[in-house]
Amino acid sequence: MAAVSMTVNGRSVTADIDPRTLLVQFLREDLRLTGTHVGCDTSQCGACVVHLDGKAVKACTILALQCEGAHVTTIEGLANGTELHPMQAAFREHHGLQCGFCTPGMIMTAVDLVNRKGSDVDEHTIRHELEGNLCRCTGYHNIVKAIAAGARAMAQAPLRQAAE
Amino acid sequence: MTATGIGAPVRRKEDQRFVTGTGRYVDDLNRPGQAYAYFLRSPHAHAAIRRIDKAAALASPGVLAVLTGEDLAADKIGNLICGWMIHSKDGTPMKAGPHPALAQGKVRYVGDHVAVVIAETLLQAKDAAEAIVVDYEVLPAVVDPAEAQKSQAQVHEVAPDNTVFRWHLGDKAAVDQAFARAKHITKLSLTNNRLVPNAMEPRAAIGEYDPGTDSFTLYTTSQNPHVARLVLSAFIGIAPEHKLRVIAPDVGGGFGSKIFIYAEETVCLWAARKIGRPVKWNAERTEAFLADAHGRDHVTEAEMAVDEDGRILGIRVSTIANLGAYLSTFASSVPTYLYAPLLSGPYDIPAIYCEVDGVYTNTAPVDAYRGAGRPEATFVVERLAEVTARQLGMDPAKFRKKNYIRNFPHQTPVIMTYDVGDYHASLEKALELADYKNFGKRKRESARRGKLRGIGFSSYIEACGIAPSQAVGSLGAGVGLWESAEVRVNPTGSIEVLTGSHSHGQGHETTFAQLVSDRLGVPIENITIVHGDTDKVQFGMGTYGSRSGAVGMSAIAKAIDKVIAKGKKVAAHVLEASEGDIEFKDGKFTVVGTDKSAAFGDIALQAYIAHKFSGQELEPGLKEGAFYDPTNFTFPAGVHICEVEIDPETGMTSIVNWTAVDDFGVVINPMIVEGQVHGGIAQGVGQALHERAVYDASGQLLTASYMDYQMPRAEDFPPFTVGMTVTPCPSNPLGVKGCGEAGAIAAPAAVINAITDALGHEDIAMPATPHAVWRAAQKSQMRMAAE
Ligand code: FES
Ligand code: FES
Repeated sequence: MAAVSMTVNGRSVTADIDPRTLLVQFLREDLRLTGTHVGCDTSQCGACVVHLDGKAVKACTILALQCEGAHVTTIEGLANGTELHPMQAAFREHHGLQCGFCTPGMIMTAVDLVNRKGSDVDEHTIRHELEGNLCRCTGYHNIVKAIAAGARAMAQAPLRQAAE
Repeated sequence: MTATGIGAPVRRKEDQRFVTGTGRYVDDLNRPGQAYAYFLRSPHAHAAIRRIDKAAALASPGVLAVLTGEDLAADKIGNLICGWMIHSKDGTPMKAGPHPALAQGKVRYVGDHVAVVIAETLLQAKDAAEAIVVDYEVLPAVVDPAEAQKSQAQVHEVAPDNTVFRWHLGDKAAVDQAFARAKHITKLSLTNNRLVPNAMEPRAAIGEYDPGTDSFTLYTTSQNPHVARLVLSAFIGIAPEHKLRVIAPDVGGGFGSKIFIYAEETVCLWAARKIGRPVKWNAERTEAFLADAHGRDHVTEAEMAVDEDGRILGIRVSTIANLGAYLSTFASSVPTYLYAPLLSGPYDIPAIYCEVDGVYTNTAPVDAYRGAGRPEATFVVERLAEVTARQLGMDPAKFRKKNYIRNFPHQTPVIMTYDVGDYHASLEKALELADYKNFGKRKRESARRGKLRGIGFSSYIEACGIAPSQAVGSLGAGVGLWESAEVRVNPTGSIEVLTGSHSHGQGHETTFAQLVSDRLGVPIENITIVHGDTDKVQFGMGTYGSRSGAVGMSAIAKAIDKVIAKGKKVAAHVLEASEGDIEFKDGKFTVVGTDKSAAFGDIALQAYIAHKFSGQELEPGLKEGAFYDPTNFTFPAGVHICEVEIDPETGMTSIVNWTAVDDFGVVINPMIVEGQVHGGIAQGVGQALHERAVYDASGQLLTASYMDYQMPRAEDFPPFTVGMTVTPCPSNPLGVKGCGEAGAIAAPAAVINAITDALGHEDIAMPATPHAVWRAAQKSQMRMAAE
């Protein structure tokens, strides 16, 4: 067993874990944050995407021990209290999900994508950037729409916050 | 139409939990004291098991039990079943070999279940599984359905030539006559490639046993928890029906693969009692590839006969359908009654004959996958239609128009009575949305850039709303296919609807609430849809075959009618009028011709406090149930047009435009319906361009992960153009037809028709990978150069 500490969704956590534990297992099994999903065993599906120090990573592809001292944000930590993050709201508004299983990973990837590519990211770029996220339900059409709208809303959100 | 009523694009109620990560899928659940199951699977496609030595595994740390087929037999646990009896041409029943949840004496495909290890942790279970020593005698294997009947490998003793059935449908003599007087005959050899469903949530199960009440609970990824309970109790014999509760909570997609009752959930339940602890199993993706029921896998010879005017005279089809190593729950119905009755397509075809041989091979079981039989039929009909039109030099749209059915009801020569449709309307609208008349311009423009552009049609029909119980009973179904619902109005006027349909992405929590809100005038947020728990919902046949709207919602509509009828009785007492004078409209009970009225919520309260009527006059309460059995299938139909651009240098096919015009009858929520169309198209395009489950000759699955099995990704698609036409379905009270499978049914033929158009009439097999397309492009260029 090995000790690990990190900050998850703003809360500091410490645990004694089997060194083989993946970040996704640590989140799901130890912290009971089950919004981060596991859809494959080859790092292809993206259902497990979380933010590690502000960047999207596949939580199935990194050991929890490697995250010592890091800041992790999961889908559960994205909303501001009861107010959805603009990207979460955009997925709901544009029907960017059906069964919901790929959704947490899609949303975390989408937020990272906008952080990197800007709020006026075009459709072609969005589709390309989703190469690491599989969805079997939606045909991606509404996911792409939701991300474009979410990107614009993310640009508005800081302005709104500043105005408040 | 109100903002939340029928026809409104209401945003989904279920999304709040899914976008915040608070959905609850089976793997998110843990039961106190739970242990973990890991299955040791066969590494061989076909082998006799001489001996299993579990001593070392039993001695491994954390191991609670190692169980095999022998233990299963000792406990008299029954085999998994196939619930649809098919009879061969000669009248003999299909030959179903035994299908134990853990292998008994023999393994029949790579991934077959040899033993299960139950341990304190999953890692301990996995470690111990490696310590099990199995002495196999490897036997010859067969994987190719076209080889199965001549192979020396024999999968099951009961089926000497690996043939489960030799079935047929239609009038052979009439078809022979039609072909004898044909002006032109088109012949095609077609392969419908084998697919892996790949719902993003892998299958999972937790079995639990309570010795105090001697009862079981199963949490499972199921599209039909009541069917699972029925099979697990009546056939497999785990527990009597009233001692088994099956819960299917949030389920992450199904597409057919979660209809079936598999080995893993059976074993988790049985083992839970044996070890006295809850037992959890969650599939890894590789296990899903190995042991989820696969889809399609047909080899077909098809012919179409036409007269001098281009009218279809007949269709003749001969198919070998791979059923895998065991008959899965509904496997036998898919290549028979869900397939051949759709071979008329939307066309007026006087004579159709179809023969299907279902065969065993040493591959994973094959069963229903999105569309189930109907995509295979549509692929046959629409490839034949397209090639025939081209060979006759006719515009493919004109050829289809010429042959469309115009008058309804229409009796096809293969069982179905189409109740309503307007195929011309769908085609006209699709041609317009796809800007068909300017296709030539676009093709020339592509050619200037060195690209080959092609356009392909798929004019599909499907039979949904599965299904009238008597009809399917006469065709061999072991169950009725009605649906049940209960509408519980609370004293405060809020409502729970209990439905036998199961939502695993379809958005029932929203659309079903829209129906109730529309009919009863209750705000949508005061309505909860309850599903997926056999202790709550009385019974249900579940969700597949695009049946939740046409059958599931019709049951709810019937229950609502009963609630209104009862409400009128209550209102008569409250408003002091005779029951016949009470009318219900806009959420109010009114005495006709007066201004005396009471709101729905007030009547609900009065029904429960029961102060205005005596117990002799009326029963208190406001809760009604209904069972709805449809009178016919429904027949959604439509036209999809795919436009591709091919780079002949690389063989890359880009889908540049996609137009879908579907007629789903009355639409409850257009946003959700369009979403279903998008998803279906993506799966159909996946089949046409990317996906194929490949076994090597020895039966090893070469495509057992996302590294090797190409799933469609966002970049593979353009935005879709989706239009609709509406002919309300006369066969159910809501006029709905169903939309869940349309895209997957229509898409493969549209893509292949477009690619072959671009290449200049070369046939091409699915999936049309860049390599295959490049080779075909080379061939047509050589041919063109030679001409
Ligand atoms: S679970 Fe991490 S990529 Fe699939
Ligand atoms: S919504 Fe089901 S996998 Fe994406």
